[in-house]
Amino acid sequence: MDFMTSVGVWVAAFLTLSIFSFLYKDNPFYKFAEHLMVGVSAGYWVILLFYNVLLPDAIDPLFTEGKWYYIIPLILGLLMWTRLFKKTAWISRYPLAFYLGIATGVAIPLEMKAKVIEQLYGSVGLVAQMHEMDAGFGTVINNVVILIGVFSSLIYFFFSKEHTGITGRVSQVGIGVLMIGFGASFGFTVMARVSLLIERVQFLLFEWLKFGA
Amino acid sequence: MKRQIPLTIIFILGLFMVFQYFVPHETSEFLYEFIALDWPPIIGVFALALGIISLVRVSIKRVRTRDENWQYALVTLIGLAAMLTAGLPWFGGQTSPVVQWQFDFIMRPITATMFSLLAFFIASAAYRAFRARSVLATLLLLSAVIVMIRFFPMGPFTEPAAATADWVLNYPNLAAKRAILIGVGLGIVSTALKIILGVERSYMGRD
Amino acid sequence: MNFFEKMFAIDRRWVYLALGLAILISLLIPFSIPIPISEEAQNIYDYVDQLEPGQAIHLALDYDPSTLAELHPMTLAILKQCFANDVDVVITALHQFGPGMAAAAIDTAVARHDELTGEQMESGEDYVFLGYKPYPALIILGMGQNYRIPFPADYYGVMLDSLPMMQDIQNYDDVEAIINVSGTSATDWWIAYGQGRYNVPLAIGVTGVMATDYYPYLQTGQIFGILGGLKGAAEYETLVGTPGKAVDGMKVQIVAHLIIILFIVIGNIGYFSTRKRRGGAV
Repeated sequence: MDFMTSVGVWVAAFLTLSIFSFLYKDNPFYKFAEHLMVGVSAGYWVILLFYNVLLPDAIDPLFTEGKWYYIIPLILGLLMWTRLFKKTAWISRYPLAFYLGIATGVAIPLEMKAKVIEQLYGSVGLVAQMHEMDAGFGTVINNVVILIGVFSSLIYFFFSKEHTGITGRVSQVGIGVLMIGFGASFGFTVMARVSLLIERVQFLLFEWLKFGA
Repeated sequence: MKRQIPLTIIFILGLFMVFQYFVPHETSEFLYEFIALDWPPIIGVFALALGIISLVRVSIKRVRTRDENWQYALVTLIGLAAMLTAGLPWFGGQTSPVVQWQFDFIMRPITATMFSLLAFFIASAAYRAFRARSVLATLLLLSAVIVMIRFFPMGPFTEPAAATADWVLNYPNLAAKRAILIGVGLGIVSTALKIILGVERSYMGRD
Repeated sequence: MNFFEKMFAIDRRWVYLALGLAILISLLIPFSIPIPISEEAQNIYDYVDQLEPGQAIHLALDYDPSTLAELHPMTLAILKQCFANDVDVVITALHQFGPGMAAAAIDTAVARHDELTGEQMESGEDYVFLGYKPYPALIILGMGQNYRIPFPADYYGVMLDSLPMMQDIQNYDDVEAIINVSGTSATDWWIAYGQGRYNVPLAIGVTGVMATDYYPYLQTGQIFGILGGLKGAAEYETLVGTPGKAVDGMKVQIVAHLIIILFIVIGNIGYFSTRKRRGGAV
């Protein structure tokens, strides 16, 4: 390991312990690390935006390749900064409108397809699958679970009709299905959170203190 | 001028993008590639920079006025300056080893540790709040525990436990998440339509 | 105050200490647990494994250090498999703190491959790292038309047209699949805008928090595999034959999970015992 890496590991260990100290209570070490991170990551982002967007997409085409029309997005971008002053803030609506128009227009057909149509199509496919001659009893039951689950959960989200009578009972089933879904998410979330902690302890033990090395 | 023109821009561009998806004509393809996909990131950079400008403004003000805890604002500014200096073209830009060093040994440990604190909080929350108060809460709890023990080596119970968890994930969980997904999808599409048609204008701010 | 009421009155820092110690001790004790492979992970491995040398995949790395514990081992294992099979890799990082992670992962994977085989993987020939751009949705669409629209040059500033590997790669038609390793909503965009618009086969490696949300896409075939959290990472490490940080972490997971389940059980016993005493009024 070269010198800079060794120094780096010590710095990283100090910062890791500084953040962990928050578990006891808020303190200057935690605050120091937190503020340092804000500064360093802001700087990192500026670097990325400059070298990955401004330089190759605007400055190079404009000044070295002579593509004069790249002045348009550049000006539109600069107009965003009119927000910094109250009187001129309305001008920033122009570039914002340009971006929003494109982003929303793109979203409509694609989000509809991925999140709604494909999902309904997938559910209808389950019915077709059950019709097949060799569909086993298990497949039928499982597919019915999905179909009833999706339908009843959608009824639960359907607020245009009061949840009483049959609608109420179906939506109760829906909440039950949603609870199973949220439970599964919780189970996975426990694993996720613990993973992050394990990795930090692995770093402290094996990379910094070199246990078992 | 202040409202009508932006609304018109959104309407025209929004409709163009929707139609472009269904009718990929040569001209529309050109406009799509050239303007819609190439320009917004350039414009966006300036919007993103706004956040950084205001961070610098606030930090400088805190240091100048010797605000409570102003020293930490100074730490932020020093961190920013250190990273920016390392990223100057003369030091190798974004691929400079000093930039990568600061990323690996400052940003990486702090961010990773900050999020690892959540492990402690979720353990404490499980202890204090995860109760089988009702049938629904019991369903939530059971499903969570089934998923949590799915990779435990438990002798003859290992296989059935894993199979049960797989079933929960692939059937009831799938149904719940699909219903949510359909709801989210319809929400995104209706919000997008509202923006294009000028019904939703809150992004414009007041005046 | 009965036993359980006393238990609940303890400072939460004792709970923290119990969890912390459990993780620390179980990491230091050498033991291992079997890692059963799920179908969702096996699918991804098999797909990459049947690719011919020279074919390409796109590895979209959209995560920052906050989720590195789960996602970094996945990236390393996938890169190992691609390098070993001589599959070309196009790499992007669309999270604002992602390029640092991606660059570190590439360096590690290249060094490990060199150590293992003595073969040096070259940027531009065996892999291409395109770097970062903001606004992932539009960038994903842009690459679907042509990689050169959002990325005229790679992360190191070399023009794409001058890279040997990119000569035959124009857009998603020229990669066999996209594998998105992600800790953000970028995955939704890869599904809706990448797979949805350009019909490219897509698999995902996501954090545990996100994993359960993507099962509907698996059933519809919009994605062909999921690596979920540290377990997914451990499965892939096992599949490629180099158990690492994720496999090691899974043994600790069991201890940590047991402790948390124990907390839940104690909490519930306490809840029911005090409820009975108060006549079920809680």
